[in-house]
Formats: sequence, C-alpha cells, structure tokens
Amino acid sequence: MSSTPSSVENSGEQNAIAVTGHEPGAAGQEPVLSVRHLRVEFPTRHGTLVALDDVSFDIAPGEVLGVVGESGAGKSMTGNAVIRLLEPPGRIAEGEVHLSGRRIDDLPEERFVPLRGRHIGMIFQDPLTSLNPLFSVGDQLIETIRTHLPMNEREAREEALKLLREVGIPAPENRLDSYPHQFSGGMRQRVVIALALAARPEFIIADEPTTALDVSVQAQILALLKRLCADHGTAVMLVTHDMGVIAETADRVAVMYAGRLIEIGPVDEVVRNPQHPYTKGLMASIPGIEKRLERLYQIEGSMPRLAAIPAGCAFNPRCPHAQERCRVQRPDLMPAEGSLAACWLHDPVDPLPPRRGEAGEEMAHVR
Amino acid sequence: MLAFLIQRVLQAIFVMFVVALISFSLFHYVGDPVLNMLGQEATEADRAALRAQLGLDQPVVVQFWNFVVNAAQFEFGISYRSARPVTDLILERLPATLELATISAIFAVVMGILLGIYTALRRRSWLAHFIMTASLIGVSLPTFLIGVLLIYVFAVELGVLPAFGRGETVDLGWWDTGLLTTSGLRSLILPAITLGLFQLTLIMRLVRAEMLEVLSTDYIKFARARGLSKRVVNLRHALKNTMIPVITIIGLQLGTIIAFAIITETVFQWPGVGALFITAVRFVDVPVMAAYLMMIALVFVVINLVVDLLYYAVDPRLRAQGGGK
Repeated sequence: MSSTPSSVENSGEQNAIAVTGHEPGAAGQEPVLSVRHLRVEFPTRHGTLVALDDVSFDIAPGEVLGVVGESGAGKSMTGNAVIRLLEPPGRIAEGEVHLSGRRIDDLPEERFVPLRGRHIGMIFQDPLTSLNPLFSVGDQLIETIRTHLPMNEREAREEALKLLREVGIPAPENRLDSYPHQFSGGMRQRVVIALALAARPEFIIADEPTTALDVSVQAQILALLKRLCADHGTAVMLVTHDMGVIAETADRVAVMYAGRLIEIGPVDEVVRNPQHPYTKGLMASIPGIEKRLERLYQIEGSMPRLAAIPAGCAFNPRCPHAQERCRVQRPDLMPAEGSLAACWLHDPVDPLPPRRGEAGEEMAHVR
Repeated sequence: MLAFLIQRVLQAIFVMFVVALISFSLFHYVGDPVLNMLGQEATEADRAALRAQLGLDQPVVVQFWNFVVNAAQFEFGISYRSARPVTDLILERLPATLELATISAIFAVVMGILLGIYTALRRRSWLAHFIMTASLIGVSLPTFLIGVLLIYVFAVELGVLPAFGRGETVDLGWWDTGLLTTSGLRSLILPAITLGLFQLTLIMRLVRAEMLEVLSTDYIKFARARGLSKRVVNLRHALKNTMIPVITIIGLQLGTIIAFAIITETVFQWPGVGALFITAVRFVDVPVMAAYLMMIALVFVVINLVVDLLYYAVDPRLRAQGGGK
C-alpha cells in the first residue's frame, strides 16, 4: 500500500520494543493519552505520502509533553490526527489512539464529535484567525459551554464570565459582548484558551500557541496555559519549534523528524544531553548569549520531502555517524541514557561505534 | 451610521443625476420625434405648435432642468406613440414585471443558496458533481434559448403549462395581480424559471466557492475542535461568513433580473415594462425609453443602498468603524 520502503522493515517484532519500552516519566500512572504506532497517509495521484510513520508516545495526567521539530516534521499532523481533524485526503492508516484507556481512533465520526472540546481541547497557532469574526466572544463561549454542559443561557453566561476572568481578561462583564476584532492578539489568545478549556477537557493540544504573538506576550500566555493546566490537572501536548518554549514549559520532549518520532525523554535530559545525532545538531544550532560564534552551527542538508524519505533511518544522509546499517534498517526507539532515541548508536545488542570529531558532537558537548 | 447613510444617499442622488443626463440626451440623438408623430402631411406651423407643446423649442439647459424636476416627481411627459402620460403606462405594466421578477428572484436566491450549500458540503457526491455540471448549462445558455426550450418541452410537447401571456389576473384597484388565480400562477412558472435560471446558477456557484473557502479557515477548524456539531459549524458559523460577499452579488443580480426581464417578457409575450420598452424602441418613443432607463437606474441604486445597509447588519467589524461599540 505504501510507496516508501521503510514500511517494509517497520513491521514485526521491532514494534514490540517501543510498546514495551517504558518511557521515563510516564511510568506508574495510567496515561491520559496513549498513541501507538500511529501512521497517517495522504493518498495522492503520485502515490501515497506517509506523513506520520510509527509514532508512539504517552502523556500522563497533568503532564506537558513538548513536541518539537522542523516545519513539516509532523508535529501539527500528530495533533490533528489525535483530534481527528486531518485535512482530507489525509487519514489514519495504522495505529491506535487511546484516551483515558478508551480507544478513540476507530469511533465513528458522530461518536467522536462529542469528545472534541469535552475531553480533548485544541488551541491553534493564530488567535487572529481562530475566532469567528461575526460572532461576539460571549456568543462563542456560551455556545461552546452549552454544547458540552447542561446549562441554560443565563448559567452559561455566568460560566463564560468566570472563564474570561480565569484567563485574565479585565472587566469581563464589559467584554463579553465585544467582537474578536475589538481584542488585541494576546487577549484573543486568552479567549481562545478560555474556549478550549470551557468544558474542562482532561487533555489539550496546543499547536504553536504563541508563535503568532508578540514576544512580550508569549511568556504571559505560556504561563497562563501552564497555570490553568496545572490547576485542573489537564495534560498538554505542546507543539512548537521554539526550544525556549519547551525548556520553559514542558515536562518531557518528543523530537520529530520526517514524520517519525526520533527521541523522547525528560526535558532536562533531551536539552542538556541529547542522544540522537539530529537532536544534538538541533540543540547545537540554538544561539546562546554565553558563546560567541562567527557562524551558528547548522546541520548539513535539509529534511527530506515526504515523497523522498530515504530507506533505513530518515536522518542517515545528513548524519555524521551514518553507516551501512542506517541506510538499510530503520531504528526504533531504544533506551539511551535518560531518554529513548531511535538511533543504532544506542542498540542494546550491537551498538554502532560513533565517529568522533563531528561538529554537531563537539558543539553539543560544549553546551 | 447616520453619516454613512447620508453619504450613501448623496452618492445615489449623484448617480441618478448622471443617468438623467444620459436619458435626457436620448431626446437629441435618436431623431426628431415631431416628424414621426405628425406624418408627412403636416405643415411647418403644425410642427412648430407641437414642438412648443412638447417644450422642444426651449434652450437645452432649460429642457434638461425641466426633465430632472419632472423626473424627480415621477413625471416623464407624454408618450409620443400612445399620447398618454408615460407614468401611467409604466405603472399599469409594472405589476406584471415586478411579480415576475420577484418570483424568479426568490426562486434563484432560495435554490441558489440551498444548492450552493449542498454542493459545498457534499463536494464529492455524484449528485453535487451532477448539479455543478448542469449549472454550466444555466451559465452558458442565453436566456431566450432557455425560454424557447422550456416552451417547447412544457407547452408544446407535454402541453402542461401555458406558453405565453399572464393568464387571468385579479385587479386589486392599485395592483393587477396574477398570483391569485391558478392560470396566473401556471403562466408564471416558465417565465420565472427562464428569468431566474442564470441568477440561480451564478448564486449557487458563488455560494459554493465562498463556502469552501470559509470551511478551510482556522475559525471553522477551531469551531470543530471545540466540539460544536456539524450542523452548528456549517449552518451557523460557516454560512454567516459565506453570506457577506454573496449578499452583494445577490443584490446586483436582483437589479439585472428586472433589467433582463426584457428578453423573457419578449419570449413569453409577458405584458410587462420590458415589453413596453421594446415597443418604445421600435417606435422611437423617447419619453418611455428615458423613463424606463431612469426606473432601472433607480432600482439598482436602491438595491445597492440596501446591500450596504445589510453589510452593517451582518458584519460587526463595519459597525465598529462607524464609531461606538
């Protein structure tokens, strides 16, 4: 069915490693969200594109999982697949999604709709376009509240006021009947958060919630999101390409590359001691105040297009350690120090010998 | 809001003034009506007398001024052909045209919006594909041909509907209606479809295109992500945003329905203002032509004004610019 060769090796017992492998930090509690071997395909005229391939992760109650990667790595795609808002013709081809222990990816659409907003919330990148310009903020809030909770118009209005107050909108009584264009960008994102949290979902997907905002407002919105989720025990999947946001907000980090999850672990581990060569390069390319450099470090080459993902490890053409095995066999997530990394360097049975002296390596250790 | 209204009304008056100028110039460029009216045996003195009676001996500026002042009071002089006041002629023909235009407009708008929504929401269904293909016919076939085809199928071959005329009408004193008799209603069906079909397909295609665009916006995706039902998302959130550009086009199209009624009225021998205009053109009956021109212009200007006000009602962003919350 698939046109990529990687899917051939990507079956059988190798999958078992990722399923049974305990992720640090997620152990102990039953996860709110559990994604197993998720595969998203886009059938096109020129063959099937695999946008997500064998993505597995858990999120514990109240936990913030940061998802990072370049544009097109599949970060937003993962969020959209979980809440089942993929743009057609995209579809979940394989894998399972469990919410609080209940499988949700195979529910018929009419039974999935009530989950959105009630159990899974979502916040989008651009608050300027996330609100319907023709309805007042109050209308949109009341409508959302009444969709999920058994309240009459008046009670819902009270609840809407409470929500606006909670997200820090001053004098909400006066703002409830205002239209979105009468709010600033930061205020609109607060409204969006209020809408997403209106029915107190246990899990929320925040898709680059601060990217479109002024830097000075970003920190406020992140702090707000973090506080609200901590108060209500809401788990968060925070999609971003900003490592600063991750370091600030997330408990664990998942790094994505070419539609695959290549490293996942506690935020401190992944940021300070990255295990996958790609993550090392990613961390090394972040500018810092303390190090003065002529040029910023960059990883040679660029991420492959979905139509041309190489066989074996997707990163092998750019990897300083790549060897024959990397070009043939695709690595699954394997325990690596405090994290899990999808790299043959960490093969518990037969680890690949790393090559020394590569720039990314050096830089990463300097940090 | 008031300033906006005043500004729009002033603009409308200006447009009407320009149209009046064009209508008036008709009197001077389509030949000498006096020659047509009196025939060949008239003497020079007869002609001068008629010229004076019609006010054609006065300076052009004075004539124009008189024309504008009279037009403002719906006074367009005497028809050269029937020697009756033009206003009376138009008023007695107007109900037929307005009933035809209103029914076909309702047909076009209601069906256009419904089909537009359907084809946007069920984009991939075979019925939507069929409707879209069929709509090409409505867009590309000329009105008179559609009329003739409908007459051929429903009047000649099947013999179920009348081919021409208005059927029986009921005189309400000030309004002569065909809507109250069965034969009047039956007579209305074919001309109304003929007149409305082009508008229907246009509105449908526009609604579909706008709706598809709105459905791909972030706020629709966010509305879905909040768990709102499909119905609420499609028919409340998406439709309202779709209607903003659609209102403009519908408004303009309503004007063209009245203007294009000429062709349909000719095909179906419908006793309306359009047919009156065609006769007037044939006989160089300039006052009737000028009055018709002014009437159509007025219809367009009024509709545009209403459309602008509707924007205000639909889009809160415009309200805010006008001052106040």
